[in-house]
Amino acid sequence: MIEAQLSRSVVRWCEGATGVTGAAKLSGGASQETWRFDIVRPDGAIGAILRRSPKGYGAAPTRAAGLAAEAQLMQLAYEAGVPSPRVMHVLVPDDDLGTGFIMQRVEGETIARKILRDDEFAAARPLLARQIGGVLAGLHRLPQDKLPELRHMSAAKEIGEFERDYRSLDWPKPVFELALRWLRDHDPGPAAETTLVHGDFRNGNLIIGADGVRAVLDWELAHLGDPMEDLGWVCVNSWRFGEIDKPVGGFGSREELFAGYEAAGRKVDPVRVKFWEVMGTLRWGIMCGGMMQRFREGPDHSMERAMIGRRASETEIDLLRLLAPRGS
Amino acid sequence: MQDEPTPIELTRAVADFLRNDIAPLTSGHQAFKLRVAVNILDLVARQLAQEEGSDAAEVERLRALLGIDGSVTDLNRALAERIAKGEVDLATPGLAQHLWQTTMDKLAVDQPNYASYKRELGRDG
Repeated sequence: MIEAQLSRSVVRWCEGATGVTGAAKLSGGASQETWRFDIVRPDGAIGAILRRSPKGYGAAPTRAAGLAAEAQLMQLAYEAGVPSPRVMHVLVPDDDLGTGFIMQRVEGETIARKILRDDEFAAARPLLARQIGGVLAGLHRLPQDKLPELRHMSAAKEIGEFERDYRSLDWPKPVFELALRWLRDHDPGPAAETTLVHGDFRNGNLIIGADGVRAVLDWELAHLGDPMEDLGWVCVNSWRFGEIDKPVGGFGSREELFAGYEAAGRKVDPVRVKFWEVMGTLRWGIMCGGMMQRFREGPDHSMERAMIGRRASETEIDLLRLLAPRGS
Repeated sequence: MQDEPTPIELTRAVADFLRNDIAPLTSGHQAFKLRVAVNILDLVARQLAQEEGSDAAEVERLRALLGIDGSVTDLNRALAERIAKGEVDLATPGLAQHLWQTTMDKLAVDQPNYASYKRELGRDG
């Protein structure tokens, strides 16, 4: 069914296309789906990805920038030389596919544990922390006059939102309270410079090949704010997948990340990066609580979601390691 | 008083059956879901074995820290409120030690393989 709709769509905008084949759903919640498929052309197929909200699911959750903005950001990134898929088509009503976009498929791996363990990536791994610094510098330099409309988020505003989310869970957690106090006491104030912030730049949202970073995915939490937020988030222990002595996604050191960022001509503020790492750790912990709530209240009554609720304690130990470290 | 086997024993029996007899028969998404299910049963068995002791010790620490009595939930709520108000912080004697012990007891049930937990456990020993 979706192949028929995709075929009707691609022949209209992809030169030489005669249809599509091999459509398969890669992931999908209630409101957003990702599909892979191949565009059939006489001179060779093109691998493609559809990101869409099916019809009737147009409204984006408050924090998400929306698929239209995501398409625009990916295209801007692609044009600026930041590793990103090329956007081929933004869905229009005539496509009858809902809202979203179609992009060229980038081959590589996104599953963090494979990237950290498989031989295929052994040569790339030691280079990734520095490379990620360079990618983030490019991303933070995207021209602001061309950005879609995005929310502006300061540290104070984010603390306020997380506190509200946490209180709404009615889930008294002394360690989270301690982290909220610490964040308020250490709020570094407005950033010297406001840039585009990816908002979910981490191991798991990157396509990695044997040569390193091939694409940055999942731009739906993009906003304007302190660029150091992205550097802090990529260091959150939850995204090291067991390689806890390599803060940058389990790949390498903060020093390498910072060197890559500064080599690309931008300045790092390590104090702010640490602040955002604490914020990010709490953020993931509160998100785990949100998963528990959605499990309880439905509609997603899955075991996986239930178990993510039990991962909040991981962020508690990581917060204690950051805020009240024991002697080494 | 209920009869035996105990809930721990029953839960472990189901987990072992799924792990040893059913898991080899599954593949793909079903194998993944089954692994999650077995993990859940293992977690429940750990909690059944450990919760009573760790909660009792937690209540003792909280009573000493707060100077009030109550259930483990009530006392946690009270501590959370005092931290939020700034009445208790890391400079308060016993707070850091209490939070560390409580968190270690949670990880022992939730995720005993979590790398940060294993590192900190090594420090205790």
